Amino acid sequence: MPSENRKNRTKPAQSSEVSLAETLKAFGCGFATTAKHLLRKPITEQYPEEKRQLPPRSRARIVLTRDPEGDERCVACYLCSAVCPVSCISMQSAQREDGRRYAVWFRINFGRCIYCGLCEEACPTSAIQLTPDFENCRRDILTLVFEKQDLLVDHGGKDREYNFYRHAGIATDGAGKGAHFDEDQPVDPTTNLP
Amino acid sequence: MINWIAGFIVLLIKSGLVLGILLLLASYLVWVERKLLARLQVRLGPNRAGKFGLLQPIADAIKLLTKEDIVPAAADRPIFLLAPAVVALTALLMFAVVPVGRDLVLFGRSIPMVISDINVALLMVFALSSLGVYGVALGGWASNSKFALIGGIRGAAQMVSYELPLGLSLVPVVMLAHSFSLVDIVNAQAAYPFILVQPLAFAIFVISAMAESKRIPFDLPEAENELGAGFHTEYSGMRFGLFFLGEYVHVQVLGALVSVFFLGGWRGPWLPGPAWLFVKITIVALIMIWVRGTLPRLRYDQLMAMCWKVLVPAALVNIVITGFVILI
Repeated sequence: MPSENRKNRTKPAQSSEVSLAETLKAFGCGFATTAKHLLRKPITEQYPEEKRQLPPRSRARIVLTRDPEGDERCVACYLCSAVCPVSCISMQSAQREDGRRYAVWFRINFGRCIYCGLCEEACPTSAIQLTPDFENCRRDILTLVFEKQDLLVDHGGKDREYNFYRHAGIATDGAGKGAHFDEDQPVDPTTNLP
Repeated sequence: MINWIAGFIVLLIKSGLVLGILLLLASYLVWVERKLLARLQVRLGPNRAGKFGLLQPIADAIKLLTKEDIVPAAADRPIFLLAPAVVALTALLMFAVVPVGRDLVLFGRSIPMVISDINVALLMVFALSSLGVYGVALGGWASNSKFALIGGIRGAAQMVSYELPLGLSLVPVVMLAHSFSLVDIVNAQAAYPFILVQPLAFAIFVISAMAESKRIPFDLPEAENELGAGFHTEYSGMRFGLFFLGEYVHVQVLGALVSVFFLGGWRGPWLPGPAWLFVKITIVALIMIWVRGTLPRLRYDQLMAMCWKVLVPAALVNIVITGFVILI
């Protein structure tokens, strides 16, 4: 009995039980709601005139930060470049006289950047960070390619106290083996004294 | 001969005036709709072009006129180019039979304040309204696109169905006025507007009229969420503008028809005729915008069920009751 089946299926879906009074009440309620909204103040923010304070963790223009001593944090490990899904980060690594690694040049093509924040997550030194500054439009797309001097800022961004070389246990001229925070002196392998 | 030439000049002036005012009002109706709809949704609406966005219609017109007019390669070219004109033209033509005031006496001549007082004006309105379906259906067909075709088919089915309650709801009005002429129908409401004696016909007419003009509870032909833009998906530039214009002229024409058939047309105390008609058209248009801001779109089967199972029987019953009351 296909026809009977269909009847049974559609019957509960049809709201034939709703009375006319209920229908009219629902209509009246709806129209009253919109009429009430007419008297409310619009919640629109008029953008160029009214600028909202964006949350500090909102993701826009990328910067390269410095550690509390004022040195570049970036150690040119290529992790950001590797994780970037659109491959918009490129750099060349080198070593300074005192043993610290740094980027000879560092380039972000903001014409390709999708502001996903994966570079910030991948960065072991908190060097690369996204800022809330989203007003970064250019008429010429080539001016969206930012070089190292355009990216570097003179503060620590969201993680002001952190200094990678004080914790990492990497020997530089500033601190040798065992001279870092929470680090023991290296074990002498030639003796088995406790 | 002089008489004939003078009459012709008067006719041209009247047509020009009606056309100009109608198009101007249509463009500002768009502004009113965007502004009011925005406030209903707690937004601001257009406010950048001029004070309160009052220059927005001009900016829109310039934008539409300067945009590229794209005709899809697979489209049926002549029909594709013609369809928007059909929609705009039929909407504009309907206003030719709407009386806007009492006769004007100028240089000892009496000039009727209507472009043409034909004795079957009501039938002409329905004929033009039916022709308007061709614009939608052919526009959707000629685009050669799935969305446009579905929109056009929906439009044709919906508009043909709702023509029936639209016509039937006006039969009692014709019975009361003893005439098909819109001038006579307005004159028959000199004592009281027909809405007082025909509230049911009024409700049926307004609902069917909103379905005819494809506005929001009944905007299935252009349902954005499911069809892109429906029958005018493939249109761009001023051809899309003509569809848009046609819709807003249609809103005004329906406002005018509602006021002519049920609200007493241009008749009213204190104010001159055209002002009263303008006020009534505005009120109807504002209510239509309010409805747009409130109600969700109907499902297709609900749309058809409402037409054939509710409105048509109600209109028929209304005719019988009216006839019965007139006879006794």
